Amino acid sequence: MDKYISHTGSVLPLRRSNVDTDQIIPAVYLKRVTKSGFEDGLFGAWRNDPEFVLNKPEFSGATILVAGVDFGTGSSREHAVWALQNYGFKVVISSRFADIFRGNSQKAGLLTVVLPQGEVEAIWSAIESDPKTELTVDLESKTVSYSGKSIYFEIDDYTRWRLMEGLDDIGLTMKKIDEVSAFEAKRAAFKPKTIPALS
Amino acid sequence: MGNTLAQKIWADHIVSSNPGEPDLLYIDLHLIHEVTSPQAFDGLRLANRKVRRPDLTIATEDHNVPTLNIDKPIADPVSKLQVDTLRKNAAEFGVRIHSLGDIDQGIVHVVGPQLGITQPGMTIVCGDSHTSTHGAFGALAFGIGTSEVEHVLATQTLPLVRPKTMAINVEGKLKPGVTSKDIILAIIAKIGTGGGQGYVLEYRGSAIQALSMESRMTVCNMSIEAGARAGLIAPDEVTFEYLKEKPHAPKGADWEAAIAYWKTLKSDADAKFDKEITINADELEPFVTWGTNPGQGLPLNAKVPNPADIADVEERGAAERALTYMGLTAGTPLKEITVDTIFLGSCTNGRIEDLRAAADVIKGKKKNEKVRMLVVPGSARVRLQAEAEGLDKVFIDFGAEWRTAGCSMCLGMNPDQLTVGERAASTSNRNFEGRQGKGGRTHLVSPLVAAATAIRGTLSSPADL
Repeated sequence: MDKYISHTGSVLPLRRSNVDTDQIIPAVYLKRVTKSGFEDGLFGAWRNDPEFVLNKPEFSGATILVAGVDFGTGSSREHAVWALQNYGFKVVISSRFADIFRGNSQKAGLLTVVLPQGEVEAIWSAIESDPKTELTVDLESKTVSYSGKSIYFEIDDYTRWRLMEGLDDIGLTMKKIDEVSAFEAKRAAFKPKTIPALS
Repeated sequence: MGNTLAQKIWADHIVSSNPGEPDLLYIDLHLIHEVTSPQAFDGLRLANRKVRRPDLTIATEDHNVPTLNIDKPIADPVSKLQVDTLRKNAAEFGVRIHSLGDIDQGIVHVVGPQLGITQPGMTIVCGDSHTSTHGAFGALAFGIGTSEVEHVLATQTLPLVRPKTMAINVEGKLKPGVTSKDIILAIIAKIGTGGGQGYVLEYRGSAIQALSMESRMTVCNMSIEAGARAGLIAPDEVTFEYLKEKPHAPKGADWEAAIAYWKTLKSDADAKFDKEITINADELEPFVTWGTNPGQGLPLNAKVPNPADIADVEERGAAERALTYMGLTAGTPLKEITVDTIFLGSCTNGRIEDLRAAADVIKGKKKNEKVRMLVVPGSARVRLQAEAEGLDKVFIDFGAEWRTAGCSMCLGMNPDQLTVGERAASTSNRNFEGRQGKGGRTHLVSPLVAAATAIRGTLSSPADL
């Protein structure tokens, strides 16, 4: 995973709440067996509408998505994160994320930033009046800044450290693998095993 | 102070716990399917890693498989590649797999319980958000993404931040015609799609205790629709009775040891939940969704809401968008809404009791000629059981299509999809825009409401017949 310290880019303002992962990437696009190539399915159904914000030329090249409350609800498909990344997004900002989507993003290196709804609205207004406005999302100082304004955001220290170091979770757990073995040695004998198969 | 059930299971699975870090939790069972696993196996190969515990892992094919002509090769080459990839990965890494045509194939959340590998007190994960279904057994079960699938394959653990716990007390007695599906739809309407975010839900109270195992699974299944990654119910005699004869249930002395442990799996009387809500079961009615998220639901006797009456700005906007998408007018009685398709199936309502309940309503009647009805059993065994009971004949005589097992129209990934503007009464779990097919419109209902609607052609409950 790439190290994430700070990112500056333009913004796609998505004024919708409850954007579920079926909207981010509809199921028919989930058939690929790779982590790439999902950009064509991003917001697959909405993209047919020429008025949809992703189709507007003034927002092309945006790398920061700013969405309404409850972003990423529903299905656990990490394809939603890959689709956003494949399209070029580095950061998603919302006032509330669904747990699984947020976890998937943090594992895959897409930064999710929670800001109060009022700040989200302020960013939308700023971008809509000047789509060229750039945001800087800095993990070191835990701030989102634009137009001379700087907003502090909360992120837990562990996730922040992992993202800034670009660390892979499996590698971290492998360092504790002896503890895993010790735990396994104490597991109750009645716990089920899938092999041999009984039916 | 005592502990909640979720806290107890959590504590029993901590491999390592350090300040400032997530806890490392041991995973007792990892369920796998074709859609969210290929990239995880690729990751293992790239890092030259093995599956640590193939004996705690099991795969089945469900999301992207056809429900017709399963004796023939899968027609869509991209779907075929995905299913073949799972088969190849299972063979290469030594994972048990139940493929299309196998008697134990089916929706992953139907297969686990019927094999008896879903048991109380376990940690269970799957790359599918409806893994919460297994919480009905008093297990801590939740959906994970593909990065986490790879992590579990490699280490049989997950680093996780301890969740808060919420008690949902459902007290009283359900009226005839009101089911566990109506309980969970009412809960989601009450707390909203984000209400459970950050919590494990524990469903409690006399109305929950009175439910069968399968009905409990329906409740826990949709915890994610309330924003909670997991939901669970304390195990009791109903749970033990269900598990007793299952193939992978503990036997002999192991059974005794298991029961002794399972009986400790309940929230202590003095346990403190971070949040608590109460629902009166006596007052519940058959429920139906009118919008495009599962929180947009109302009793079937209600009318399509008027967004102007909704105080919250966000919710009002969402309601306006939903009515446009759903093609509905505020003030229309829900029972006057005409549907085109009935879908009976899914990990929410595709088990034998669901099929029996629906068959009971339609027996000897004819399907409304304007609707099509798809009946998709949750697993091959559910299908065989239904056929042994003659339910397939009831559905076919009624005019429904009797299919083979899979997720099917619940997520519209295989050919079973709604077309643009087509309206469904569906026993599944999500009414998102396009969920069941691009442009399709979904009303979530119980199997009883689905059956009555298939007869009348408009959203109905058996009481309307």
